Amino acid sequence: MTELTLGRGTPDRARLLRLLQDYGVYTGVLVLLLFNFAFTPHFVSAENFRTQAVQVAPVLIVALGMALAIGTEGVDLSVGSVMALATSLLSLYLGYGPWTAALVAVLAGAVVGVANGALIAFVGVQPIVATLALMVAGRGLALVLLPQLKDVHDPDLAALGSGAVLGVPYLALIAALLAVLTAFVVRRTTFGRQALAIGDSRPAARLAGLPVRRVLVLVYVCSGALAAIAGVLATARLAASDPTSLGSLMELSAITAVVVGGTPLSGGRVRVGGTVAGATLIQLLTTTLIKHDLPPSWTQIAQAVVIVLAVYAARERGRR
Amino acid sequence: MLSVTQLSKTFPGVRALSDVDFTARAGEVHALVGENGAGKSTLIKVLTGVYRPDRGEVTYDGAPVRFVTPLQAQQAGISTIYQEVNLVPLMSVARNLFLGREPRGRLGLIDFRRMHREADEALRGLGIRVDVHRPLRELGVGAQQMVALARAVAVDARVVVMDEPTSSLEPREVHTLFEVIRMLRERGVAVVYVSHRMDELYELCDRITVLRDGRVVHTGPLAELDRLRLVAMMLGREIGEVRAEGMTKFSGSHDTDAQQVLTVTGLTIRHRLHDVSLSVRPGEVVGLGGLLGSGRSETAKAIAGALPTDTGRVVVAGVPVRAGSTAAAIRAGISLLPEDRKSEGIMPGLSVRENIALAALPGLSRFGLVDDTRVDRIVETFMKRLRIKAAGAHQKVGELSGGNQQKVLLARWLALHPKVLLLDEPTRGIDVGAKAEVQTLIDELADDGLAVLLISSDTEELIEGSDRVVVLKDGAVVRELTGDAVTEDELMRAIAAVPAGESDD
Amino acid sequence: MTTQTEEAGRPADAVSRESAGPGRTNRSERLSGLAQRHGALVTLVIAMVVASLGFDTFLTGDNLENMALSSAFLAVVALGMTFVIVTGGIDLSVGSLFALGGVLAAWGSQYGTVVALLLPLTVCGLIGLVNGVLIAHVRLPPFIVTLAAMLGARGVLLAVTDEGAKTYLVDKDSFFATLGQGSLAGIGVPVWITVALFVLGAVVLSRTRFGQYVYAVGGNEDAGALMGAPVARTKISVYTLSGLCAGLAGALNAAWLLSGVTILGSGMELEAISAVVIGGTLLSGGFGFVSGSLVGVLLLKVIQNVINQIGSLDSAYQQVVSGAFLAVVVVAQTWLGRRRRVL
Repeated sequence: MTELTLGRGTPDRARLLRLLQDYGVYTGVLVLLLFNFAFTPHFVSAENFRTQAVQVAPVLIVALGMALAIGTEGVDLSVGSVMALATSLLSLYLGYGPWTAALVAVLAGAVVGVANGALIAFVGVQPIVATLALMVAGRGLALVLLPQLKDVHDPDLAALGSGAVLGVPYLALIAALLAVLTAFVVRRTTFGRQALAIGDSRPAARLAGLPVRRVLVLVYVCSGALAAIAGVLATARLAASDPTSLGSLMELSAITAVVVGGTPLSGGRVRVGGTVAGATLIQLLTTTLIKHDLPPSWTQIAQAVVIVLAVYAARERGRR
Repeated sequence: MLSVTQLSKTFPGVRALSDVDFTARAGEVHALVGENGAGKSTLIKVLTGVYRPDRGEVTYDGAPVRFVTPLQAQQAGISTIYQEVNLVPLMSVARNLFLGREPRGRLGLIDFRRMHREADEALRGLGIRVDVHRPLRELGVGAQQMVALARAVAVDARVVVMDEPTSSLEPREVHTLFEVIRMLRERGVAVVYVSHRMDELYELCDRITVLRDGRVVHTGPLAELDRLRLVAMMLGREIGEVRAEGMTKFSGSHDTDAQQVLTVTGLTIRHRLHDVSLSVRPGEVVGLGGLLGSGRSETAKAIAGALPTDTGRVVVAGVPVRAGSTAAAIRAGISLLPEDRKSEGIMPGLSVRENIALAALPGLSRFGLVDDTRVDRIVETFMKRLRIKAAGAHQKVGELSGGNQQKVLLARWLALHPKVLLLDEPTRGIDVGAKAEVQTLIDELADDGLAVLLISSDTEELIEGSDRVVVLKDGAVVRELTGDAVTEDELMRAIAAVPAGESDD
Repeated sequence: MTTQTEEAGRPADAVSRESAGPGRTNRSERLSGLAQRHGALVTLVIAMVVASLGFDTFLTGDNLENMALSSAFLAVVALGMTFVIVTGGIDLSVGSLFALGGVLAAWGSQYGTVVALLLPLTVCGLIGLVNGVLIAHVRLPPFIVTLAAMLGARGVLLAVTDEGAKTYLVDKDSFFATLGQGSLAGIGVPVWITVALFVLGAVVLSRTRFGQYVYAVGGNEDAGALMGAPVARTKISVYTLSGLCAGLAGALNAAWLLSGVTILGSGMELEAISAVVIGGTLLSGGFGFVSGSLVGVLLLKVIQNVINQIGSLDSAYQQVVSGAFLAVVVVAQTWLGRRRRVL
């Protein structure tokens, strides 16, 4: 109640806050780019942009699924483990050909999503808790399937990981494609709109006769499948399956990208463009710090600060 | 003991209380009544420190006071017992009773033996016997309320405010509660008792204050006030008042000869509805009358599948509807405009367009892809037809006025071409102009052959808008007004009537 | 009069039963309560019996001693986590704080035992305090705040260890080392410390006013506030406590390993949460007990031990098992707790 009156009392501040939420992330990306153009040697090169794009691709893909989950007022903590699971399955089934293996990996991600979604939609477990359980079990399962790092030698996968069309890496292309697809799903499909409605007001969605449970399950299936795709792509890029470390802390990076991108944690809204920019922002921030010889410790601390600030900025809108 | 003078409180756009005088005396049970929006809850919240008044003075124990938080009020001796018990359900009875003032022994550790003994004694003192070791949630709602009362008494409350304490109690529990309240009265506690159950008021209360539209319309000893006059005051009507037709925008009666499209038989929900049956024909507006808490909204929700029922059948156009599923009800052609528009109706963060198209989306899509041109057409049609005033189809619904929000909701349902429309307080909280528009709309819809079930606390709206009125009281149908009997007088008489065999359970 | 109220209790019970779904009697309700309280203990006993029947090496002194020692550190972390979860929160930063505490203790041990203990406690306690303030006063969601703290603490850890390149060692002959390496009556000092902390924790949670506030905040925050519980202060206290516990556990672990290992502790937050929840504490808050968390930790460690003993199985099975366990417990809790939301 006090928050409400406060917001009303200072419309300028509220408008400023909204502007910040809506365009802050783009401004941030722009500022970092300009800074790097000016002060970072060797920043402006096709090679560097390629590297950046390849590095950001898996995070972005995971973040797209996370954005869907957050749009329904949920969260998916299991994404990192799903990536690990995907990489394990990929090298396990590589014998059947890379595409079959990739398909199996993505299917596994979808199955984890079904489990998450069923726990959340049918049993009524809070999303954090449900996905936490699969986060623990998923990583374990990945390690059971593939106990240690294994090199992946496959020409097709290698091409996928490091190839490019017209100078644009496949990874970046796929990520861009998925981003466009996600934006399309959110804007143009029944499913996307129903998901947002559920995130905006669950009781109203139920009274409006929406298939709340089905939509929720599907959202987590998307998130799981996207995370698995990210796992496959990351494996292709590294030419190795490392279920121990692949995707660790990925949930954090993905949530950060989504939140920094202006998608409120309270649901009802998904900003795909913002999410892309959010992932880019974090990638650029890391690069900037590294290129200026600041140690990784700084990167982590900086990322922590950015998350808290982003959540803080998004907080007021969350409360109606 | 506790009194307020010349109290005023304004919320943005609404004058919730104006110049209210209210006094709760020690050793007296004071009833506070009024319909929705009369200002009861605002008054209670001012008394208990949740809100601060804009104007006016609160006097407690002879001295002016100003509570900033509910906690302060409570520490000063003003306890509130809410409808929803405000205790910690997972903690034991004794722990709830003593939270924050546990008896402590050596080393500052809690002396549980003493605590349990004292808790037991305190509850026994009120004539309640429960196992104080059990988690509170294992108790019935009534027993929980007793514990809340016991806590209030234990912290030496001198004023106890009770907000509809009996709404979910069994008759037996109500009886025990009354015993406790009488005991409190004898101890010199001032009790403020909010309820809509007239029989309870007359059984228990000494004085009464009636609020309407933020003003005190009556205050005085209850015994001097007869039931009919009380109902009339609560509803803001005079008995036998001669009034000109046409205050509302309803045209009058509709063609009511057709076959019934909605038939509801024997709806029962434990504690809330008892064997409610009604039917509506196409083109007919049936009003659902009764005081607040009489089961009107529950009936509507149960029909729409939003509230699970114990027994009962809903049949639309000869086809039974699966109970407890909003989707099934909607498929059958039932649409509900819920009472709580803000939290159960609109999606405040989504646009007008999204809100209107939401329920109809599956029908407007092909292979899961939304056909935007069709959506635009429908949205445009309804925005024009219902005269929805918005900056555009892309404005957020949360930013619209109440009347326009309501129209957006209506549009959402009309886009589905329903057979039955359940309208729960369609004109509450919207301004006069929009109100008239919504009323005209309801009329038009009925003329177009829709079956409408109308719930309204505005008696005039209900009487003039409805062809028939089914009167509910305490969750059961007490009377059906038809033809010439559809008058405010008859409605009030039906509500005020003392039911036969009232004294038993 | 009294008989009347007794009777009044019964139909009212029906109210709550009804909302819980048909066919649930009071007895089965008590049974489920019992299951929640002692289920983990029963499972632990069964697991130990099965393990000792299956493996000769299980019930040997060495093996038990090993298990006790390796449980000790996780148990201390889980102790702090129990308080946090009972308030309905979650602390994902404990793994990082555990590692940070270890490194700080190892570094500080060159200046004596006092520094070796105080430094990690101060730093980790402060991070916990910041978590608490952000959660209680700024009202940010706990999982985001502590996730950020997890990252931040790891950053600090890297910063003090020269980006992870440097490992500080603890002098084997220092008093600090005996906190980890020493033993008393044949049982390792860390085990004694853990037991002492759990006794203390149990007393604090169940027998002090603060403990009651912890339950009240987790059970119904608004009602707690109305009844005078200092909600913000309680929340800040539990996150600080959790930070302190993680820091202390890290320090003890460093004393045991004789070095501050930087790569430890990742995934520990999940283990601690699993242990607490398996021990019967409700993840939604308001219900739980310290002894259950200890049992939960032991259960996890016994499972790990058994999996290790079956040579052919990879240790990763432990994660699968505990993840599955967590899922089962959480589902069971949700079923049991559903009626609570209705009330």
